[in-house]
Amino acid sequence: MALLSDLINLDLTDATPKIIAEYIWIGGSGMDLRSKARTLPGPVNDPKKLPKWNYDGSSTGQAPGEDSEVILYPQAIFKDPFRRGNNILVMCDAYTPAGEPIPTNKRCAAAKIFSNPDVEKEVPWYGIEQEYTLLQKDINWPLGWPQGGFPGPQKAFGRDIVDAHYKACLYAGVNISGINGEVMPGQWEFQVGPAVGISAGDELWVARYILERITEINGVVVSFDPKPIPYKRGCIQFNMLFGQGDWNGAGAHTNYSTKSMREEGGYEVIKKAIEKMGLRHKEHIAAYGEGNERRLTGRHETADINTFLWGVANRGASIRVGRDTEKEGKGYFEDRRPASNMDPYVVTSMIAETTILWNKS
Amino acid sequence: MSSLLSDLINLDVSGCTDKIIAEYVWIGGSGMDLRSKARTLPGVVSDPSKLPKWNYDGSSTNQAPGDNSEVILYPQAIYKDPFRRGNNILVMCDSYTPQGEPLPTNKRYNATKVFSHSDVVAEEPWFGIEQEYTLLQKHVNWPLGWPIGGFPPPQGPYYCGTGADKAFGRDIVDAHYKACLYAGINISGINGEVMPGQWEFQVGPTVGISAGDQVWMARYLLERITEMAGVIVSFDPKPVSGDWNGAGAHTNYSTKSMRNEGGYEVIKKAIEKLEKRHVEHIAAYGEGNERRLTGKHETADIKNFKWGVANRGASVRVGRDTEREKKGYFEDRRPSSNMDPYVVTSMIAETTIVWKP
Repeated sequence: MALLSDLINLDLTDATPKIIAEYIWIGGSGMDLRSKARTLPGPVNDPKKLPKWNYDGSSTGQAPGEDSEVILYPQAIFKDPFRRGNNILVMCDAYTPAGEPIPTNKRCAAAKIFSNPDVEKEVPWYGIEQEYTLLQKDINWPLGWPQGGFPGPQKAFGRDIVDAHYKACLYAGVNISGINGEVMPGQWEFQVGPAVGISAGDELWVARYILERITEINGVVVSFDPKPIPYKRGCIQFNMLFGQGDWNGAGAHTNYSTKSMREEGGYEVIKKAIEKMGLRHKEHIAAYGEGNERRLTGRHETADINTFLWGVANRGASIRVGRDTEKEGKGYFEDRRPASNMDPYVVTSMIAETTILWNKS
Repeated sequence: MSSLLSDLINLDVSGCTDKIIAEYVWIGGSGMDLRSKARTLPGVVSDPSKLPKWNYDGSSTNQAPGDNSEVILYPQAIYKDPFRRGNNILVMCDSYTPQGEPLPTNKRYNATKVFSHSDVVAEEPWFGIEQEYTLLQKHVNWPLGWPIGGFPPPQGPYYCGTGADKAFGRDIVDAHYKACLYAGINISGINGEVMPGQWEFQVGPTVGISAGDQVWMARYLLERITEMAGVIVSFDPKPVSGDWNGAGAHTNYSTKSMRNEGGYEVIKKAIEKLEKRHVEHIAAYGEGNERRLTGKHETADIKNFKWGVANRGASVRVGRDTEREKKGYFEDRRPSSNMDPYVVTSMIAETTIVWKP
């Protein structure tokens, strides 16, 4: 529809100084992204200069109908790859009218941890490997698979979505560092990082938003479920094709380093940090995503959910340290436990808290 | 559409002629059907009073008998044409008999009388209208994105949602947003609504009669854009019965006194007056509204007048920031999506500023 896309792609910068700002927030389930747009009188680069806004929390499971206003606080600005021009995307978090973060607002507590002077001093860096599965609309079966059946020899389903997403994120200012096709056809991964502190969470959520908008354009559904297709009990063909019937789940491996880890003697700091992570394994696992027990089975490049295990170059471990980190005596480590549906505000701040602030006693 | 056809549609003729095209837009006999036709003018025009009056065949729009069918169009407001672009314009008009009397369906005329009343002028009434609408699949008139003969999963995920299973028709909505900004309509935002396939745009703040002009022109742009997309737009207040939200046109309103110190008391007095005229307002707030105002789905029952702070189940809602700052505006949640903004805006101004109980 050439005429419709002419309008969608209209460059308004000559017609008006006004811009469109799409405010994005996380809804009541903790995974549903919501957004709506407003007109502003001119371009804005600083989130502090954006007006607060509000939305109907009774429609997102976040407030009762008789007192439904939830306030949006703008936190980070990205360029809008869909509207382009001077139009922007704004990552927000949600508060009561009295100024309290609502229960589903995980950013507020994370921001507190990241502003702790001990944490700030360590300049925590994150690289998050976000895996996801593309599903056919209405039947929720992986993209490219015949309905109720198995894929043929073709292997790459949905590359146009993935490539559009890569460029859109770069345009927006999200620090996307790479993409790759995953082990299961229809499953992909992108990486965001290195990002510092609270920015890791903001950038990952905006990258997820952009991905959902692009799959919407293509009539495809994106799933962040950690094990989107279950083991089919009693289905011989299905299980034979995939060994035990398992197949790869989807994770959000989180790579992490602090200033001390990146400098001389960093390897010892890393080992101490991993020790602390081991002592808080249960607490971390509880916060690392719903349904993770279906993914962390000890098979298919995961460690069993009840076991904490770390090792160099070991993909069957909970935490993996790269060979170059071991060789150079400094670097970073990879927490392989978080599920694809983890909340990056929770995971990044918890790793910082456990390794920098928490004392074993 | 072949690229040659769109090359022609998108021809920028400003290089080869001074002439411009003006699309005259008016409201037809049902009070909701928009009509338009275009004419060539010798050069650029930016002032509606400099545009020529025109006429149309009222017997074809149920607005005049066949033996005396001329209805006269008076140009009232100019907007830039986002379809033809260049120096071409859209012109919002209203309709008169050849003797100069407004037709019965011409609601703009009375509205301008209200808005030129000296007390109303002094109060500088501002309006922000939240126009909801539903997109329907052509031929079957069933909401866009819904399975034919069936229903999507229940409401919950769709309000401001994203994803192919939650947002149906965003390209229409986004095209409309930019088209309105281009045209010079004061569109202040958009969002996906609670029912899938339902959307909302907001126009405002606008002063006085301009609110009606801008909402009608925004509706015209929306209908032209859905026409391009092969989709139908419905302004019916309850397009699907059952546990599905209706469509409204919540009207936000303030006067100078309400926006200044002590405004909250003025607001409360105004709401009291609206309560006393509840039945009269409801009668003018759109056909079929009784199917929408049931007391459920974020509405107040049509027979009851109720107001509250942050209460979406009320007839009139006052925002928390207005309550806190003791000045601001209020939201009349009663008008349905098919209301006439000329009628609603002028009636609110008349009741709250001019009318004495």
